[in-house]
Amino acid sequence: MTTVLDAPPAPPEQPVSERPRQSPWKRRFPLLPALIFTIIVTQLPFVVTIVLSTLQWNILRPGERHFTGLSNYAYVLTDERMRAAVWNTVVLTAMVVIASMILGTAFALLLDRKFLGRGIVRTLLITPFLVMPIASALFFKHALYNPSYGLINGVLTWFRQTFGDGGVVDIDWVSNYAMIAVALPLIWQWTPFMMLIVLAGLQGQSQEVVEAARVDGAGSFKMFAWITLPHLRQYIELGLVLGTIYVVQTFDAVYSITQGGPGTATTTLPYEIYLTMFRKYEYGQAAAAGVVVVIITIVVATFALRTISSLFRAEEK
Amino acid sequence: MATVTATDTRVPRHTPNVQGRRRRFRPGLGLVAWAAARFFFFPVLWMLLLSFRNEADAATSPPTFLAPFTLDQFSEVIGRGAMPYLTNSLIAAGFSTLGVLMLALPAAYALSIMPIAKWTDVLFFFLSTKFLPAIAALLPLYLAVKALGMLDNIWTLVILYLAMNLPLAVWMIRSFLSEVPREIIEAAQVDGAGFRIIITKILLPIILPGLAATSLICFIFAWNEFLFAVNLTATQAATAPVFLVGFITSEGLFLARLSAVAVIVSLPVVLAGWAAQDKLVRGMTMGAVK
Repeated sequence: MTTVLDAPPAPPEQPVSERPRQSPWKRRFPLLPALIFTIIVTQLPFVVTIVLSTLQWNILRPGERHFTGLSNYAYVLTDERMRAAVWNTVVLTAMVVIASMILGTAFALLLDRKFLGRGIVRTLLITPFLVMPIASALFFKHALYNPSYGLINGVLTWFRQTFGDGGVVDIDWVSNYAMIAVALPLIWQWTPFMMLIVLAGLQGQSQEVVEAARVDGAGSFKMFAWITLPHLRQYIELGLVLGTIYVVQTFDAVYSITQGGPGTATTTLPYEIYLTMFRKYEYGQAAAAGVVVVIITIVVATFALRTISSLFRAEEK
Repeated sequence: MATVTATDTRVPRHTPNVQGRRRRFRPGLGLVAWAAARFFFFPVLWMLLLSFRNEADAATSPPTFLAPFTLDQFSEVIGRGAMPYLTNSLIAAGFSTLGVLMLALPAAYALSIMPIAKWTDVLFFFLSTKFLPAIAALLPLYLAVKALGMLDNIWTLVILYLAMNLPLAVWMIRSFLSEVPREIIEAAQVDGAGFRIIITKILLPIILPGLAATSLICFIFAWNEFLFAVNLTATQAATAPVFLVGFITSEGLFLARLSAVAVIVSLPVVLAGWAAQDKLVRGMTMGAVK
């Protein structure tokens, strides 16, 4: 598997031929439909969001829509629920991204070896990424977490009856461990993503360096710590930043497993904005919270763009 | 090696014997990998097992591994009107993917084969739109869609999914196009071939596998999308994920049926993903990792 890091020297990105020079507009033309469409559908809404965020606007009180300056931002940044939501988002995202990166790296290291049925193992391992997220969230909630007929308590009960005091385990996972209950299906879903990125990194490793180290007598652990891990660094970074950007947006799992509860224990920012919009009908506040989320995302995305553009430059060289 | 390294067979990187030496056959680690895969895959297997039984057998306490086989849940789910939702999903995912290809292919061409000035800026602009959280766009989109009378209309979802997947497709297709040998295109240009001829007669056949993978990935994301689907549709245009959520809230004892619905709505995408698995990582990382 080639990766961008050791790809064959890419052809120079100059115009293919200097001879038939076309006018710049003729060359830009194929790009324009996609560009204009993207600007209209993705950029315009954000301009509107910024405008909305300065309005006092609750559709339950239609007559009272007026300009209110930055007061929505003041509300959003000081509101207890919003603060809880920011914190929950950070906790959930960190849990999911870090756990799935560790698991994904472990799986990738296993898959980097030759063994019987490796293709099948890889296919099995990527499947959780393909199952519809809302389906896996609901399935985890009802088939795995359910206190009486859920699989987790079933297995624990079996262990207790086989090796322990014979009692029945009836833990209510969703109520008692709400955050973990939301995180588990997400970790399950995102581990294959991390695995595929790290695997691509492993297989792009320079064979010469590995061979040289082996000839010099490096053991497996040394080789991993001093050669493989530094080489994997930018792949791991890429997985972490992209994973963060995708996981921060999680809505399905919270919506279907806990509805943000108990209390606000698992209310994440996307879910809180959704509630502000469609339960409280406070459009101005929802818009302000949206702008805050965008700003947070821009900070994370800057790292992402930097990682991607460094990989990208390596390719263009 | 073939299964794992099939991403780019045109450019053999390492001689096979070197690879053979490094990736030694280690039966012990292979067993560990198999055990991990079984554990990790088990929820999917459990979903399948539950979907083929009666409600009473599915919700026993404690759960039982084997139970009598029945197809009742599937016929029940289809009988209760799953089809319109699946059709909506197919329309939303299918047409948006078609639109993505139609817009992304020329754009990727302008960004790789005949790069315009500032093409990297444009490329990164596309990428940055992918990073904007959908939730922040929901309110203005909802208001706009409502004002246009397009709520609960499947074409609204088609347009939104098109915008959602376009950056990914531009990046992916661009990365496939930049692998096409320059000499071929130059030769065609010398012979006087125009934009259309170059795309349809020369580039398309070469990058067809890449385009197929791009389409599958766009299809997967559109099919699984939930936030816009649940908030912008009601009865007419609701897609499979909305059906899934609506289905369980109205049911009592439902575990087997929930599993059957989950299997039905996930199956198309799981198959598509298995088919595109070699290119999956390229799509998820916008072509940064191949």
